[in-house]
Amino acid sequence: MKEFPGTSGLILNEPLLWEKGKKGRCGFSLPRRDVESFPVDENLAGDGPDFPDLSEVDVVRHYTRLSQWNFSVDSGMYPLGSCTMKYNPKTNERQAAQPGFAAAHPMLHPDLSQGILKLMFDLERFLIEITGMDAATLQPAAGAHGELAGMLLFYTYHQSKGAPRSKIIVPDTAHGTNPASAALCGYKPVPIKSNEKGILAPEDVAAVMDEQTAGIMVTNPNTLGLFEENIKKIAEIVHAKGGLVYGDGANMNAVMGITDMGKIGIDVLHLNLHKTFSTPHGGGGPGAGPVCVLKHLEPFLPVPRVILKKGRYLLSENFPESIGTLHAFNGNVGVLVKAYSYIMSLGAENLKKASQLAVLNASYIKTQLKETFKLAYDRPCMHECVFSDELQQAHKVTTLDIVKRLMDYGFHPPTIYFPLVVPGAIMIEPTETESKEDIDLFVQSLKAIAKEAAENPQLLTEAPTKCHRRRLDETMAARKPCLTG
Amino acid sequence: MKEINELNFPEDVRYSESHEWVKAAGETAKLGITDYAQDQLGDIVFVELPDVGESFEKGAEYGTVESVKAVSELYMPVSGEIVAVNDALEDSPEWVNNTPYSDGWMIEIKLDDPSEPDSLMDKDAYVSTLKG
Repeated sequence: MKEFPGTSGLILNEPLLWEKGKKGRCGFSLPRRDVESFPVDENLAGDGPDFPDLSEVDVVRHYTRLSQWNFSVDSGMYPLGSCTMKYNPKTNERQAAQPGFAAAHPMLHPDLSQGILKLMFDLERFLIEITGMDAATLQPAAGAHGELAGMLLFYTYHQSKGAPRSKIIVPDTAHGTNPASAALCGYKPVPIKSNEKGILAPEDVAAVMDEQTAGIMVTNPNTLGLFEENIKKIAEIVHAKGGLVYGDGANMNAVMGITDMGKIGIDVLHLNLHKTFSTPHGGGGPGAGPVCVLKHLEPFLPVPRVILKKGRYLLSENFPESIGTLHAFNGNVGVLVKAYSYIMSLGAENLKKASQLAVLNASYIKTQLKETFKLAYDRPCMHECVFSDELQQAHKVTTLDIVKRLMDYGFHPPTIYFPLVVPGAIMIEPTETESKEDIDLFVQSLKAIAKEAAENPQLLTEAPTKCHRRRLDETMAARKPCLTG
Repeated sequence: MKEINELNFPEDVRYSESHEWVKAAGETAKLGITDYAQDQLGDIVFVELPDVGESFEKGAEYGTVESVKAVSELYMPVSGEIVAVNDALEDSPEWVNNTPYSDGWMIEIKLDDPSEPDSLMDKDAYVSTLKG
């Protein structure tokens, strides 16, 4: 057996920046003033910000040390369910950093921005092809923003039919942000429960679907990592009453190039480029939540849209039925470049293979651990699998203790206590980028932890022991947050 | 989390399936969440309560409670109009964990039907549902 990655190396202390440095210390020198000094109106003057006086090396060491306390997908496996923490290939960064992209000003004339406009135009078409939809917008800045865009599309569509609606159906296995996005758009979320198989039953949707309901928001695969097998039937029920089907594409990593979302009845689908298409996220950077639609919703997409006219790419506002602009300029363009780079470097066949491997990896973990931890639903899973702490409760250890101990073994904890339908949930999403060797080590760690739970539960309740900070007081952090330096 | 027999379930309140307790006093009643509910939720960090004067039907959502694990809805075990809310929970949400049946009460209501609390479970019936 290979060694577990978790170990305790030399961890360097680091004070706050305000506790470092010395008055008058400086990291740069200003050039000599070459204009006459001019008195500034006193009303315009004020105290500067409270910045410490630091040298360059003070600052570099500060942030390097902080980064060493951290854990990232570059340092190890990050099986955070529902978040698709796949490795972000460095070529994506390299392409996005090219000066032609990185230094392009959003107000540059389209004649001088043909490259980036072509990239956006092509990326929309790639996303349409991958999902089986008809048109796309790249504007939304992240998943929940995409959901809001989707709800605005629903709203405008029903408005255009002359019959605004007031409610929206949201299953308990949908992404947590769905009800909030619907409510922000003025819809009342109507919750429905998943069935004993962890998926939606068509009759439960039929029971609440009426002509006051704008549609349904379905996450497929859902947050239990299960494919909504009845989706076509559900879409028929919703469409028959004039409603629309929103697909939350947060879990698209399981079905890239495999599921034709248009054909299974989805009208609007958002994608998380920062998950499925491998751009850094979490603390690592901004996201992008493009929204794909079928033909009948295309007129409502946000403006400006990139169009191709006589061989030139232009930004057009000329879509009178549009819901308007959702993001300044063209969205988070750097993220778009990285996703484009990812799609181009993998190609159609390999994107599909990535999804297949993501599902294979999750299924492997599910099978390897199903005797060790209670499996929430013992059914074929997609890109993630959900366990609980039920078998460990007898030893008085909880999900939180189990995953904190996993940190000592050198792995990032999975998502916990979500989805809410599984008490004590442990939601594992390995992604396709982990090798079998690393997954085997991860599985062995969890098996070792289950053994510790039975024999020496203190090892879990006191974990983590090898991190720079031990068990954090999450309660105190939430009740009495300290938000200043 | 604790075993059922380590939890506290007073005799003088009634219990609902959604883990609320109700203590009736004539026309009015105080209510909150049970020791089992707070134990399942873990450390509570925020409680959102309705305004005085609002009315809710039995089963309606009247507020939310947020713990380090999750946000959960609070459901009316009986119907009534809010006559008082426990504002102190804004600064001391931990009371719901520490003393769920006294300082950790959530709301006081004027009962639509003063006999409605009698339809809820007594201690023994509630404890037997918890034991499954």
